[in-house]
Amino acid sequence: MTRKTGGNANETAADEAIDAEAITEGTGRGEVLRSPVPISFYGAVEPDTGEFIEDGHPLEGENIAGKVLVFPRGKGSTVGSYVLYGLANNGCAPAAIVNEETETIVATGAILGEIPCVDSPDAPLSTLEDGDTVEVDADAGVIRQV
Amino acid sequence: MHLTQHEEDLLESDNDAVRKAMELLVKLGDIYGAEEMIEIESAQASGISYKSIGDPGVEFLEGFAEEGAEASVPTFANPAGMDFDRWEEMGVDPDFAEKQQRIRDALQKMDIILSFTCTPYLAGNLPRRGQHVAWAESSAVSFVNSVVGARTNREGGPSALAAAITGRTPKYGLHLAENRQPTYRIDVEADIETQADFAALGSWTGRLVEDGKPYFTGIDAGGTDDLKSLGAAMAATGAVALYFVEGVTTEMEPPENVETATFGEAELQAEYDELTTADDPELVVIGCPHTSPEEIQDVATAVEGKTLTSDLWVATSGAVKTWADRNGYTDTIEDAGGMVLADTCNVVSPIEELGYESSATNSAKAATYLPGFCNQDVAFNDAETLLAEVTE
Repeated sequence: MTRKTGGNANETAADEAIDAEAITEGTGRGEVLRSPVPISFYGAVEPDTGEFIEDGHPLEGENIAGKVLVFPRGKGSTVGSYVLYGLANNGCAPAAIVNEETETIVATGAILGEIPCVDSPDAPLSTLEDGDTVEVDADAGVIRQV
Repeated sequence: MHLTQHEEDLLESDNDAVRKAMELLVKLGDIYGAEEMIEIESAQASGISYKSIGDPGVEFLEGFAEEGAEASVPTFANPAGMDFDRWEEMGVDPDFAEKQQRIRDALQKMDIILSFTCTPYLAGNLPRRGQHVAWAESSAVSFVNSVVGARTNREGGPSALAAAITGRTPKYGLHLAENRQPTYRIDVEADIETQADFAALGSWTGRLVEDGKPYFTGIDAGGTDDLKSLGAAMAATGAVALYFVEGVTTEMEPPENVETATFGEAELQAEYDELTTADDPELVVIGCPHTSPEEIQDVATAVEGKTLTSDLWVATSGAVKTWADRNGYTDTIEDAGGMVLADTCNVVSPIEELGYESSATNSAKAATYLPGFCNQDVAFNDAETLLAEVTE
């Protein structure tokens, strides 16, 4: 993707879009919260608040509710799927999820919780920076800077 | 993936649970490269114990039941964290029991049979050869694929539930004949006599072949309980979902041109040592996977008229326990100081909170999981030897 440079008049919105593979449906918009390491949702995130509580994890102390949560992949207990579902039921789900690879634990949770989710973006996850506001369009398989 | 009109309709269902279940199966099918769905004859739901799934699981099952989830094929439930009739005697905390009861209520609302067993094939759900099913308990998956000849992948809790609701599963993996061939050959030179020997062979093999499909030569005979123990162990130390035993489960000739290993007396002895970390168990458990009527009869014979010097649990399904009660085996075992428990086992119940620190078992599966899931030191041996050590 091309990040905003401010000076190029020929740049269009399309230049700022990252193509990705759709895992679920729907569109979510929010601030990016990125973890450089995988996430095990069970035991790491409070399902009724969205607070990230795992000791020593880069996201410890953050809240994932309403964020565009960017991380390489899920890991750990399959109960993680239920945590994502619980977050959605409690109104504390991420606005969207972007992975390098969405494995079955996160895919299952995102489908059950109806959380927009894409993977395999055609740019490194590190191009999405904390605080950027992006829109994840899982129907079109596109991530757009807002 | 090609979907039938009916399957397309399920994706557009007004019933939220049905729609999500179908979306989940289609997505998992995409991930695994399935070209279509296959109708299933039965399902088995895992992730039933409150100890395993915690509050997120309770909320999921209740929420999904509320959204209209209902099994459309016979669906059996895996073991729970307690015997529903005797949890107080077991010493289970009332808060745990309340959560476990909520799980049971949600399952009942979804029309799932409240079997609470890892051996549905001994308790009212026995598929036929070639039938497609969607089962989730790893030892039951191994048994129906390998001994019965039905076809299932190793499902997870939600995917098995989605299959139960929609009556179908994505057609990939072990649903396809071309994926049901041996990938490993194990030549067994040790004498495999007791059920624990089968279990030790299984735990050694599972570690070696991981998710491969081993073919065993050199095993003369194996009963249902022996094969149950062999498969359970391979599914615990590895992810084996299908195995073959020459002349016992298959008429297929031993495979050539696959990786081969030999299991001799030295490997057998080393495996017993590997699985044993304790020599003075506080609790002996027979029944991982859940016991057959014959195994309960054997325990009753071993302890009849004697007194147990440690605690003893015999874990089984409610169905099999009914027969043990009628035959007087339960009374014999309990007169000696043991308990025959239905619905649960020592791995999925909160035994570490009941004061136990060391356990004995004839199950290599239990011996594999007890240290991590239940903070137990473990003694592994055959049932006869274990029971002889704790009776007087």
